Amino acid sequence: MHLRDLTRDRHFRHGASDMLAFGPGLAAWGLVTGVAMTQSGLGVGLSILMSLTVYAGSAQLASLPLLASGAPMWVIWASAFCVNLRFVIFSSQWRVHLGHLPRRRRLVLGYLLADLNLVVFQKAWPDRAAHQTGQARYAAGGAAAVWTVWQVSSLAGILLSSLVPLSWGLGFAGTLSMLGIAYALLTDRVAWVAAVVSAAAAVAAFALPLKLNILVAIAAAVAASLVMAKADHRAERGA
Amino acid sequence: MTMASFVWPAWAHGAITIVGLAAAIVAVLAPEIFMTHGALIGTWRDGRLPAAVAATAFYAWRPGVLGPLLAGLAVYMPLHVGFGW
Repeated sequence: MHLRDLTRDRHFRHGASDMLAFGPGLAAWGLVTGVAMTQSGLGVGLSILMSLTVYAGSAQLASLPLLASGAPMWVIWASAFCVNLRFVIFSSQWRVHLGHLPRRRRLVLGYLLADLNLVVFQKAWPDRAAHQTGQARYAAGGAAAVWTVWQVSSLAGILLSSLVPLSWGLGFAGTLSMLGIAYALLTDRVAWVAAVVSAAAAVAAFALPLKLNILVAIAAAVAASLVMAKADHRAERGA
Repeated sequence: MTMASFVWPAWAHGAITIVGLAAAIVAVLAPEIFMTHGALIGTWRDGRLPAAVAATAFYAWRPGVLGPLLAGLAVYMPLHVGFGW
């Protein structure tokens, strides 16, 4: 489907508008990521290149201290890879709805689809086990919306941060913006427990190389929440 | 059951998807807020802690991303720039 026809498709537009509801939060996050990149010493040109090619907010933020300290290339690559491993799990969920597409389209969508896209997609299409028409176009619309908001706000952050002195500690703004996003995701008891487990594990395992503490924390949190969710499920069925 | 046909059971979806993302974010955030140079924060005279509290309090009052961010920065920057916390 030609891109111009795609933008007129109602599923594409539906997907885009659903994601745009998160626009302000995404823009804030993109903005501070842009600021954090330039403030950590990357420079305007490299920051723009990183934003346009890497397109992975948490991996970008996580790799900044490694880049600044001149860590070896393979360490940076491995760390970013570990931070992004969660997408393998998300991908297994996307597969149900997008697995039938030709490989090139899957590669493009796979590159563009962010965490938030899956969350919003599953709210719009609650049937997790089946593929329905319009889903690929919905996903494409969501991907286009997020990419645009993110790149524009990151660019703004990159360009504006040269106006802000380093001593203001604005890099911490990246952390603060992610707090809002994290809290928005913690909607029930299971999620809160998982968050506490994740925070504790991430700090406890900090000495691990390659930012593996992030992977350990995610694994611990997901394991804890699976145990809790299964127990809740059993309790509901029993009652 | 092949890779192509594997589907997570319904009760596990929340755990895998939302928790996976929340856990990833928290895992990046926690060391940023509670650690200095690879060790747990040694002093309470650190601007990040009150800033995180301010951001959390603001979120409890008005959920969103921009509000808590600005509230946290409003607390962090004077402490950081003014007192070196």
